[in-house]
Amino acid sequence: MSAAASSPTPSTELHHTPLHELHLELGARMVPFAGYAMPVQYPAGILAEHRQCRESAALFDVSHMGQVRLVGSDAAAALESLVPVDVQGLSLGRQRYAFFTNAAGGLLDDLMITRRAEDLFLVVNAGCKDADLRHLTAQIGHRCQVIAQPELALLALQGPKAVDALARINAGVASLTFMTGGWFALAGAECFVTRSGYTGEDGFEISVPATHAIALARTLLAQPEVQAAGLGARDTLRLEAGLCLYGHDIDATTTPVEAGLTWAIQKVRREGGERHGGYPGAQVIDSQLAQGAARRRVGLVGLERAPVREGTVLVDAHGHKVGSVTSGTLGPSVNQPIAMGYLAANHAVPGGEVYAEVRGKRLPMRITPMPFAPHRYRR
Amino acid sequence: MTTMFTPDHEWINIEDHEAAVVGITLHAQDALGDVVFVDLPEVGRTYKKGEIAGVVESVKAAADIYMPVDGEVVEVNEDLRNDPSLANSDPMGNGWFFKVHVSNLAQFEELMDPPGYDALLKTL
Repeated sequence: MSAAASSPTPSTELHHTPLHELHLELGARMVPFAGYAMPVQYPAGILAEHRQCRESAALFDVSHMGQVRLVGSDAAAALESLVPVDVQGLSLGRQRYAFFTNAAGGLLDDLMITRRAEDLFLVVNAGCKDADLRHLTAQIGHRCQVIAQPELALLALQGPKAVDALARINAGVASLTFMTGGWFALAGAECFVTRSGYTGEDGFEISVPATHAIALARTLLAQPEVQAAGLGARDTLRLEAGLCLYGHDIDATTTPVEAGLTWAIQKVRREGGERHGGYPGAQVIDSQLAQGAARRRVGLVGLERAPVREGTVLVDAHGHKVGSVTSGTLGPSVNQPIAMGYLAANHAVPGGEVYAEVRGKRLPMRITPMPFAPHRYRR
Repeated sequence: MTTMFTPDHEWINIEDHEAAVVGITLHAQDALGDVVFVDLPEVGRTYKKGEIAGVVESVKAAADIYMPVDGEVVEVNEDLRNDPSLANSDPMGNGWFFKVHVSNLAQFEELMDPPGYDALLKTL
């Protein structure tokens, strides 16, 4: 058997999250990810962890992600110069999905922004956080304070029973709705909790001081609904939910219009809006909003059993290349091969068929609206 | 001793000289994680030792299955096609991949015996 995709040991020293010892104790299989040693799975395995999240509650360590504060009265206006999103209109305690753009309209990173009384709270991707911090400091560091928070851990408690488990520790969290957040005492620590996540399920992301992270994780894992889950399940869950993975489905060469993320660009930042443009690549994005893009991100379901993976070429019935796959696996809940990819706009028609070139065969795939598995957020 | 191993973590068992059974080892299925798909070779086709004779895919990764010896594939495991998780739950038994008529028994003798394979695993 050729080597399974076990990552080679990198030459550089890997960072550890504050939960590292707990992962080892739980028997996690650790892999390098964005410079960190991260649990890809626990002994239960990816399929069991995926099901745990869909049926009950799963606890993920996402402490490798970057947590950043923007402080100062000009912070929201300053941030709007970097993202095509309505930040100034974000009310207290509300959270919004956003992305940093470059001059070509490409995506430098996607992130979450929460308006708090004392600051704007950003969560950015692990692999981008150093570049994001440099970008923020260089571009808007003179207008607000940009404060990285490496002293914090981040836990994601996801699944239909997440609220039961977390409300047992602090009943107040039950009053949060999707994409809102607040401060809550949990297991002896002041934590910032948002009702959000990246699995398609109801759930919470909990920003907790690193010093208290293991104690909180143990408290959560002691709840009957909760089991630990690794990055492997997180990946299959987010793909079923139709959510992009930065560096795979979106990157500096894809625009929000190509990626189908225009829902995140509020009216006020579009042509005719009160604070139209004013962010990098606005002209490119405006013209694509008006005229459409030459390629589009689509969902694909395999009509045969073989998984269709990242990098696979997509062709039309005549064998002409029409796009490629950016993420793909067998969806554990939908029990079909599912994928995301980019197709030439004239082929990106829901219900249409394209063919994936897998090991010399052409496997039919149907273009399908996403999510593949229904979202179950608590709105 | 009728089960031998390859350095690529396939096993081959000669029950009789008509058809040897081939599968992946406990170590291989553990390295892969949850198996969700297998691509099995063509019955009736002759393969050379080292040729890709199938694919095993987990949630995370795909791996090629190499033919351990020269031979003709005489049967594939349809149960495994229908339930790929057999490769995890019973890799040395009901999770077998295919049966092959071995054309060169000397190649079989050159493979690793169980102690040899155990020694290899200790180096990983």
